[in-house]
Amino acid sequence: MDVLLFFVTAAVALVGAIAMLVSRNAVHSALFLLLNFGAMAVLYLLLQSPFLFTIQLTVYAGAIMVLFLFVVMLLGAEQVEDTPDRIAWQRPLGILLGVGLLGVAAAASLRGAAGQPAPGGEAAASFGNPAELGALLFTRYLLPFEITGVILLVAVVGVVVLNQRGRQQAPAKPPAGD
Amino acid sequence: MLGAYLPILVMFLIAVFIAAFVIIVSSLLGPRRSTVRKLAPYESGMEPIGPAIRRIPVKFYVVAMLFIVFDIEVVFFYPYALVFRDLAGPGLVAMGVFFLVLVVGFVYEWKKGALKWE
Amino acid sequence: MEPLQIPPVNLILLAPLLTVVGWASALLLVDVFLIPEGKKKLTGYLAIAGLLVAGLVGLPLWNVSGSTFSGMLVLDRYSLSLTWIFVIVGALSIAMALDYLPRHGIEQGEFYPLIMFAVAGMILLAQGTDLIVLFLGIEALSITLYILTGFAYPRLTSEEAAMKYLVLGAFAAGFFVYGIALVYGATGTTSLAGIAEFLGRQTLVAEDQTLLLAGAGMVLIAFSFKTALVPFHMWTPDVYEGSPTPVAAFMSVGTKGAALAALLRVLAFAFEGVQAYWLPVLAALAAITMVVGNLGALGQTNVKRMLAYSSIGHAGYILLGIMVASERGAEAFLFYLLAYALTNLGAFGVVIALEQQGESVWSIEDFAGLYQRRPMLAVAMALFMFSLAGVPPTAGFMAKFFIFTAAYEGGLGWLALVGVITSAIAAYFYLRVVVKMFMQEPAREVQPELNRGLNADIIIAGVATLLIGLVPTPFIFLAQQSLVALGG
Repeated sequence: MDVLLFFVTAAVALVGAIAMLVSRNAVHSALFLLLNFGAMAVLYLLLQSPFLFTIQLTVYAGAIMVLFLFVVMLLGAEQVEDTPDRIAWQRPLGILLGVGLLGVAAAASLRGAAGQPAPGGEAAASFGNPAELGALLFTRYLLPFEITGVILLVAVVGVVVLNQRGRQQAPAKPPAGD
Repeated sequence: MLGAYLPILVMFLIAVFIAAFVIIVSSLLGPRRSTVRKLAPYESGMEPIGPAIRRIPVKFYVVAMLFIVFDIEVVFFYPYALVFRDLAGPGLVAMGVFFLVLVVGFVYEWKKGALKWE
Repeated sequence: MEPLQIPPVNLILLAPLLTVVGWASALLLVDVFLIPEGKKKLTGYLAIAGLLVAGLVGLPLWNVSGSTFSGMLVLDRYSLSLTWIFVIVGALSIAMALDYLPRHGIEQGEFYPLIMFAVAGMILLAQGTDLIVLFLGIEALSITLYILTGFAYPRLTSEEAAMKYLVLGAFAAGFFVYGIALVYGATGTTSLAGIAEFLGRQTLVAEDQTLLLAGAGMVLIAFSFKTALVPFHMWTPDVYEGSPTPVAAFMSVGTKGAALAALLRVLAFAFEGVQAYWLPVLAALAAITMVVGNLGALGQTNVKRMLAYSSIGHAGYILLGIMVASERGAEAFLFYLLAYALTNLGAFGVVIALEQQGESVWSIEDFAGLYQRRPMLAVAMALFMFSLAGVPPTAGFMAKFFIFTAAYEGGLGWLALVGVITSAIAAYFYLRVVVKMFMQEPAREVQPELNRGLNADIIIAGVATLLIGLVPTPFIFLAQQSLVALGG
């Protein structure tokens, strides 16, 4: 059952990723990426990581995708313009690196399949369990947790400050030629 | 292990089904008599004044960014919800401090008018 | 499940840190609610007060040491001394900015709490004894600085600076996290003490430790980026030039100092056992950093860019102290950091005084004939230039002297030699400024703008630069005392 589920979700994830790459409309690309994120979330579940599943859905599929879509629509970049590629070497390099990454991943999974232990030792059985994670987060990793709160506060300030300035200056400047 | 998620799958399927059902059925049953008027883009009865695809204001983006920050903060509440009984008082203090910092950010952006839509 | 025990938390040990963070958060709200537009200087004064209070809070902790939060944070004299340095750096940077911001039309009250948050990140770097805490400290510092570099928006150079710093900084953060992950994979821990224990447990065979060495290498790359070591320095001149000058001043001494302090702790404490592996790497980094930084400064006609390259070169010198990884080296490091911080803040203060409204040229020509118009300012700048060049009797000379002797005694004689040679080269461009100020006629009318904050900054920096140079003994004593229990 799990194997079947894996192949189905993996196929969906792959289709989403490839469709994202080849789609000519940026909004479609973003939506295909969303499909890919959803499939990845299910894969996390299959890997016994319900917490990652939740994060993947709320943060990536929920928030970051929205940001992507907004950027696309903000720039009015839905349609691909057929201008010549300025950085022509980017595409072959990307393909090369992608193939390289694939090779590394394949080597790693073959190594795993051959029964060799992972270099860092086996993960605990309860690894990825949200309750276990909570227990660690609020005891051993309490300090990083609180610091994260402060960092997020700084991030909020940054969003407001950098935006506020633009808003104050906006009337002074002639409207940008959009 | 995954059995616990069966209800979610079922709900997901029902949602997909309803959406698909409504679209398919209405397109099957609805009469289709196209006229020039009907094929024209509909804009509240007004004459269309331009393409539907436009650049959206940057305000959306600001809200989205603030949303991400608070979304990440919310993520930390999930594991807390699972262990707060075991943590008892000290856990509440720990979460309270985190929450307080969060509230400072929220009050700040509210007062700054970052949430105002002009 | 058993009831969970939160490990005992000793808040006293992080009193200065808590003071800064708490004060900054409160100040953020006070600024929005109580302080009207146009009176934002008050926020600045409150921020300075907060930093000073944090420094005072640290005083009674001199004889306290210990670690808390499951060994993630430590308080020792080393971190406390660094805290004081950072507090001074923060306060002086704010003092510089008090009039700079309104003059350039970029005043926003958040500037001051943001500097405080950055200082908090730096303190965290000084106190952290866990790679995760160090990472968060770097992030707290970096995210604040991304905002501050872009503070002069919509000035294009400021935007460019923020963008460059953000993109490259994100890369560096990626390297850091990946490095931590690999180190964790190899050792099963992220705590510095844990790593040291792991390395001490067995004789290390490099072939088996690919993961650990790769991880350590990546962490080193991230640190190199933050401290702008060559070849990870490309962003520095552009970012310093584009960001508001007080921010550039703050970055040149604060970020660098904090990241180097953390690097010292990581290398000397966690990775002491593999010194044979990182020493040649760091030696090469230090050598090319000293050479490239100082050679790069030679051709600059823009003072801000010159100071940027000079700060790169100085990071190379500071690295010498870190590499020795002995008490002697750490002493020299602390002393150098203090001397360099004060001198550089002073030099940037003079640059700010000469920075004209609405202009973004910091041409060295503007210094021409400064002595005739503002003798005191020219004398102060000359003092800072002498100190940066390492001419006695200034702080810079003593600092260089210490770091080179420490390096020599630590068996890094050739690096000390490189240091001396590059210092000699560097003297050219520092003294060029002095020559311009005293021996040339003014090229164009530049009206130096001085005010209370800037005056205070230049006077404090100038007096300290002289004082440390003339009577170094108490400061050396302080540095020695700071290392009674390094690593904790």
